[in-house]
Amino acid sequence: MSQQQPSMWEDLPLFPDSASTLAGQVDGIYLFGVAVAVVFSLLIAVLILYFAVRYRRRHADDVGQPEKTITWLEIAWSVIPLGILLVMFGWGAKVYFAAMRPPADAVEYFAVGKQWMWKFQHPQGRREINDLHVPVGQPIVITMTSEDVIHSFFVPAFRVKADVVPGRYTRVWFEATKPGAYHLFCAEYCGAEHSRMGGTVYVMEPQDYQAWLSEASPVEDRVLSGEELFAKHVCNTCHYPDSAARAPLLAGLAGSEVELADGRTVIADDDYLRQSILNPGASIVAGYQPLMPTYQGQISEEELIQLLLYIKGLEPAEEGHGGSAP
Amino acid sequence: MSERQGLRSLNYLNATVGLKSWLLTKDHKRIGILYLIGITLFFFLGGAMAVLIRLELATPAGDLVQPDTYNRLFTMHGVMMIFFFLIPSIPAVLGNFLIPLMIGAKDLAFPKLNLASWYIYMIGGGFALWAMLNGGVDTGWTFYTPFSTTFSNTYVIATALGIFILGFSSILTGLNFVVTIHRMRAPGLTWFRLPLFVWAHYATSLIQILGTPVLAITILLVAAERLFHIGIFDPALGGDPVLFQHLFWFYSHPAVYIMVLPAMGVISELVTAFSRKRVFGYKLIAFSSIAIAVLGFLVWGHHMFLSSQSVYAGVVFSVLSMLVAVPSAVKVFNWTATLYQGSISWDTPMLYALGFIGLFTIGGLTGVMLATLGIDIHVHDTYFVVAHFHYIMVGGAIMAYLGGMHFWWPKITGRLYPAFWSKLSALMVFVGFNLTFFPQFVLGYLGMPRRYHAYPEEFQVLNVMSSAGATVLGVGYLIPMVYFIWSMRYGKRASSNPWGAVGLEWQTPSPPPTFNFVDSPTVDHEAYDYTVRPGDQKVA
Repeated sequence: MSQQQPSMWEDLPLFPDSASTLAGQVDGIYLFGVAVAVVFSLLIAVLILYFAVRYRRRHADDVGQPEKTITWLEIAWSVIPLGILLVMFGWGAKVYFAAMRPPADAVEYFAVGKQWMWKFQHPQGRREINDLHVPVGQPIVITMTSEDVIHSFFVPAFRVKADVVPGRYTRVWFEATKPGAYHLFCAEYCGAEHSRMGGTVYVMEPQDYQAWLSEASPVEDRVLSGEELFAKHVCNTCHYPDSAARAPLLAGLAGSEVELADGRTVIADDDYLRQSILNPGASIVAGYQPLMPTYQGQISEEELIQLLLYIKGLEPAEEGHGGSAP
Repeated sequence: MSERQGLRSLNYLNATVGLKSWLLTKDHKRIGILYLIGITLFFFLGGAMAVLIRLELATPAGDLVQPDTYNRLFTMHGVMMIFFFLIPSIPAVLGNFLIPLMIGAKDLAFPKLNLASWYIYMIGGGFALWAMLNGGVDTGWTFYTPFSTTFSNTYVIATALGIFILGFSSILTGLNFVVTIHRMRAPGLTWFRLPLFVWAHYATSLIQILGTPVLAITILLVAAERLFHIGIFDPALGGDPVLFQHLFWFYSHPAVYIMVLPAMGVISELVTAFSRKRVFGYKLIAFSSIAIAVLGFLVWGHHMFLSSQSVYAGVVFSVLSMLVAVPSAVKVFNWTATLYQGSISWDTPMLYALGFIGLFTIGGLTGVMLATLGIDIHVHDTYFVVAHFHYIMVGGAIMAYLGGMHFWWPKITGRLYPAFWSKLSALMVFVGFNLTFFPQFVLGYLGMPRRYHAYPEEFQVLNVMSSAGATVLGVGYLIPMVYFIWSMRYGKRASSNPWGAVGLEWQTPSPPPTFNFVDSPTVDHEAYDYTVRPGDQKVA
């Protein structure tokens, strides 16, 4: 876990490195929160100390002055804090929405968390474990899932964090602004080696990143491509271009609206596609029979991601042409 | 003073003798002491684990204990401190002892049920201890699924069963308090003449009664999945892991108020007694307790902003969390205003009370920061959270508990403790606490995740500061243990009202007789009526 640190880390660091477009926004609301906390804490501390000295008991039998009811004061110190709290809420919500909504031009990466490692896949197909190389100045969204328990993707220098939950996809996005090496942590307790489930995010100049991508991959466990998996699991028996009578068409499906047999309409997002592979009975498309078997337990999370990429890449076939793609 | 004659007479401590007379007692005061023994045991067990945690974290490498051991240490520390110490601490010890005295009653409404609650607590504690001695549990006190249901190989069920059983003790104590406060107040003691300690316990009891069953249900669901592989939380079995978090925090966030509302009640008593002044804004404080109890049930989702719950849910939970901060802020302002033109003594309980106000303020304000969505993205699950909740639970609840113990110790035992040592230890607790936990705010913003056995080297200096502070804090906690025990035999005898406080509990001898009052009291004035000098009102 010890890698070269950006130079601002001293023996007693007080503020983390900032290396994403979000970092400044989070720091802004944080510093406002600190200011509010310091002002009110000091106010209370000074008043307490002043009163405790000024009104200290001088004779054993002394009693305090009778209490006066000052209604305006009580209203004031209910309403003023409420106002400040609502400002914090509104400002915080604005930053939160910025953090939770990737920009449209974000490039999609994938991550799978498992006890106790991170597996990443770049859009170009290159895969790496625990470390993540990204280009500076490019919005990146990582679609993540877990093979076992809940993990959490956390890069302090980017001020981003998102839980990685088994059974669903979550997303985190960032745009790195400063080349360097930054900690990647797992922030959700996940078992024995939780504190070692991490690595380094390397932010690189775009040309360095391209060079890195073109290097030979280190030896990795081989994952079949989406097309190979599609064939291996004989998906093409039913899902082929003229299959309309038997199984829904997959080309152009991703992102479209789907009418289900039970009357619901859903968007065919990643979670829908995942669910339809693992547990097809849960959402039957209107007009089809529940014929498809479940693939729960037969496909790993990484293979699912390959399948998803493949399905999302299918172009709608020209009318009347079979084409080679299923 | 004129107490000598009273001391020779029978009181609740010497009215009957022998172990059996204690184990079968129905006296709320004795049951309070039984709880005191139980929770003190768990406090020192949990504290010993904290010592090992801070020792391990003194160096970046995980070199003192194995990762498995470390995970069990912080889990058992949390379980012991939260479920077996903090939740019962003030209500079961001080609440049990004081509520009947404060409302002029002979006992709680259901004395046998009260004793049963203690036995249930001890049985639950026995399960947890058994699990600990057999190797413990490594899920974190939060028991997040599917780790707890499918992946952990430790004593999850035994520990959870201990908490399940303990929950009934909590429910029954709450029930007992509610009925007692409704039905057994002395003539003339109207709701708005009640001490704020009683209001706070009333609000706490509501949470205990309404929230704890949800925890029990959640534990049963975890057990069902773990034992019978019924898919509830584990997605591999068709469950939803985030559902667990909703259920867990629906209880466990209000549980924070189970710990801190009674603490606020104690502080209201201390601040008034040592300012000799009626509390500023009595009704606002009383109602703010109820407001906290109600709003506390509506904010659980702020533990889950990054859990994959909807962003709109996050927004709603954030704004509701802001609302719950208002009644807490109001209390702080009201206590501070109470000091104004008071007659302030610097006795040990007051030192704890003033320390509480400062630390609780910091804990509350950092809680507001955590409820702010944009900040939580970064500090969620880091040491910032650890620092925040220790400011509330240790800086708040334990400071108040110790303040309360020092305030009512003369009433409970009839003995005084040494002023010098008690002030010294109060100072050590305050300094040690801040040195332990303040650096953790900085660590959290730097990005050190919680529950880390090993950490990057640049975090070491702050961690060493924290471990050093913990040493001071630990000694600060041991000193009262020594002089309290010492005082039971050698302490000076306490008069019925050593602080010159008002409140019915000070109008009966120290220690009180078994049925609390020689003559049943009636009340014709408001709480904290310090218009008369204590010297003039003393009863012979």
